[in-house]
Amino acid sequence: MDLRFTPEEIAFREEVRTFIQTNLPEDIRRKMVEGRRLVKDDFVRWQRILNKQGWAVPHWPQEWGGTGWTPIQQYLFLEECQKAPAPDPVPFGTQMVGPVIIAFGNEAQKKRFLPRIANIDDFWCQGFSEPGAGSDLASLKTAAKRAGDHYVVNGQKTWTTYAQYADWIFCLVRTDPAAKKQEGISFLLIDMKTPGITVRPIQTIDGGHEVNETFFDDVKVPVENRIGEENKGWHYAKFLLSNERTGIARVGISKERIRRVKELASIELDGDRPLIEDERFRVKVASVEVELKSLEMLQLRVVAARRKGDNKPDPASSILKIKGSEIQQAITELALQVVGPYALPYDPDDDPLRNEPPIGPDWANPIAPAYFNMRKVSIYGGSNEIQKNIIAKAVLGL
Amino acid sequence: MDFGLSEEQRLLKDSIERLLADRYDFEARKQFMQSAEGWSRELWQQYAGLGLLGLPFEEKHGGFGGGPVEIMIVMEAFGRALALEPFVATVLLGGGLLRRAGSDAQKAAVLPKVAGGDLLLAFAHAERQSRYDLGDVLTAAKRDGAGYVLEGAKSLVLHGDSAHQLVVSARVSGSRKDREGIGLFLVDAKAEGISRRGYRTNDGQRAAEIAFEGVKVGADAALGEPGRAFPVIERVVHETIAALAAEAVGAMTAMHEMTVDYLRTRKQFGVPIGSFQVLQHKAVDMLVAIEQARSIMFYGTMMAEEPDAETRRKALSAVKAQIGRSGHTVGQIGTQLTGGIGVTMEYKGGHYFKRLAMIDTMFGDADHHLAALARMGGLAET
Ligand SMILES: Cc1cc2nc3c(=O)[nH]c(=O)nc-3n(C[C@H](O)[C@H](O)[C@H](O)COP(=O)(O)OP(=O)(O)OC[C@H]3O[C@@H](n4cnc5c(N)ncnc54)[C@H](O)[C@@H]3O)c2cc1C
Repeated sequence: MDLRFTPEEIAFREEVRTFIQTNLPEDIRRKMVEGRRLVKDDFVRWQRILNKQGWAVPHWPQEWGGTGWTPIQQYLFLEECQKAPAPDPVPFGTQMVGPVIIAFGNEAQKKRFLPRIANIDDFWCQGFSEPGAGSDLASLKTAAKRAGDHYVVNGQKTWTTYAQYADWIFCLVRTDPAAKKQEGISFLLIDMKTPGITVRPIQTIDGGHEVNETFFDDVKVPVENRIGEENKGWHYAKFLLSNERTGIARVGISKERIRRVKELASIELDGDRPLIEDERFRVKVASVEVELKSLEMLQLRVVAARRKGDNKPDPASSILKIKGSEIQQAITELALQVVGPYALPYDPDDDPLRNEPPIGPDWANPIAPAYFNMRKVSIYGGSNEIQKNIIAKAVLGL
Repeated sequence: MDFGLSEEQRLLKDSIERLLADRYDFEARKQFMQSAEGWSRELWQQYAGLGLLGLPFEEKHGGFGGGPVEIMIVMEAFGRALALEPFVATVLLGGGLLRRAGSDAQKAAVLPKVAGGDLLLAFAHAERQSRYDLGDVLTAAKRDGAGYVLEGAKSLVLHGDSAHQLVVSARVSGSRKDREGIGLFLVDAKAEGISRRGYRTNDGQRAAEIAFEGVKVGADAALGEPGRAFPVIERVVHETIAALAAEAVGAMTAMHEMTVDYLRTRKQFGVPIGSFQVLQHKAVDMLVAIEQARSIMFYGTMMAEEPDAETRRKALSAVKAQIGRSGHTVGQIGTQLTGGIGVTMEYKGGHYFKRLAMIDTMFGDADHHLAALARMGGLAET
């Protein structure tokens, strides 16, 4: 057992850190530090900077743009990006549909889509959930009927993150209504410009617009846009959902958010002294830091195990999701405590015509909205209750 | 000991609940929120008609002589409806300060108009640096002949944008955090030298930043003896905390009902999700938190008029701490159990979650009050 990084890994980390410091646009970095909303252009700019460097899709096979890094290097890269803080890659292209196309797509699909995903020439979104199919995803109803060389898709997806930005959507659709529910599903890639697709925004409780309803009304999808075999879509979806093992815990992001909370708590005065000098508050921060350090070590255990070539789905990824989301939420609660009475104003600053000064401290306005918004992380991507069900079944055999 | 309501109190409860059930559904609320003032003038007049706007005032000032129990009843109903009107700002804070510190003449001039729904008040007290310290006041009231000149800036003034008159705290002597030396002044909100910037709050209500530049007021603007206002400010804030506890309990109860309803009707895996025991237990955790909150709400109601400041201070810190904790527990679990819909604007549950979070940050959050209580030696048994 040797838990230290090797000198080569440390040198690699330095290289990555220097690259990010030099190349991450300052306006994006500031937004990230201050917890302000990113827009499409922010994601695209950063992704293209990475792609130019050859680092847009480190985890992909080298022939499609991967870096050939070890899992530890990939981990260090992600961690450095998150700590910078740089935007996380929009997951739908590079983390979700990309790996599915690589694993199950045909050559034509690979050639057509993969380079455009790496450079975010196509912005992707995920059409899995439906109003009636949330935790019970396999009960989805959106139907695709075969008609010659295309499918006709009818139905509704919901919670489609960034559908308003998207050029393409990957969807689970029902192609065999008679089969058992997991067995009649196919995986389709659909051009968002196809006639019959309507996107309706859903406003989240923080006032933001990240999710949408997506309606399909007689939408024609060429059969060549199906991934793999008909009615095998559930298998590809399961691969997609269990694929993302590093990064899910957002350790780097949480480190950066804690750093930020401490910074704000040393600016904000409670009486005459900075809030951070309040022993009780410091203990609360330290307690989250301890949880986070433990989570980081768990993540490293998972990464190191993968290096040995053990590629079984790992229940640890459920633990990473549960604990990672709880920690992210706890940090927003600490920030809420720091901002105190200035949690109150609703003072969105993404209005380009705004020229009034902020209300209260100039860092205050994103904090309460972030607290509200981050409740989502224990709901999406398989809720924490569903993750516990998985562990109970897969690990405990209950 | 009797937790029951009197006949009149029951009538009050029925009438306010009926009015809000009829007129304050989620859609109506959305429209009120989007109107210029951010709340409903029409409902305000209805409240006046029911006697709510003069509830705590004496009969000779157009009031009903109601006490903390009546306020509790009304606030719980407002909490359920997520009412947006400036009841706390006008009746409890502004009206409370007048009632407790004003002269007979001042009360007679202002309170009947408040009770009639024609005059709105706000309490301009907090400042950028004051956080939760009620004695931290920099705004100055300098002697100017027989009167005063107000100079300074007030922040987070609840419903300060629509108020006709402001009760402003300002220092006549001493330094920043001295409890001695604070005065209260009743000022026309449109007086020369006052500038206001109104804004929406994260829970859909309204507040304002208010600057005072050379605002001249007469000697008759002072409520009570200038310099001795701290005890009355604290007292009115305590009464308001008791009232906010009731509002929070109303909000928690309604959010819980919505959540349980979702568990009953939402089907996944072919069954109502309420059949999953883990969700049942979480719904019970919410209920436990609510019952704790409701119980301490009664304690707050009982202690709101306690004359001994130290005893009252301890009690209301305990109340605010419990309410804050229960509010977060209920808000967070309720949001989790309602899944994606729970984090959207179009679902009422999230609005309860936000209001509960904001109530915690008003007049000191749970941790602040626990620390205060601990410093005072905790809740001594009496
Ligand atoms: C901000 C946000 C972004 C999203 N982005 C996308 C996206 O881009 N694409 C996409 O396809 N989907 C997306 N989703 C959808 C997300 O995956 C679903 O919200 C999630 O699967 C939960 O489904 P639901 O909302 O229908 O809640 P429900 O399934 O109704 O769950 C309600 C509650 O019941 C619990 N529950 C359900 N079943 C069980 C069980 N068997 N045992 C114990 N507890 C249970 C849940 O944990 C939850 O607490 C997003 C959601 C959010 C909030």
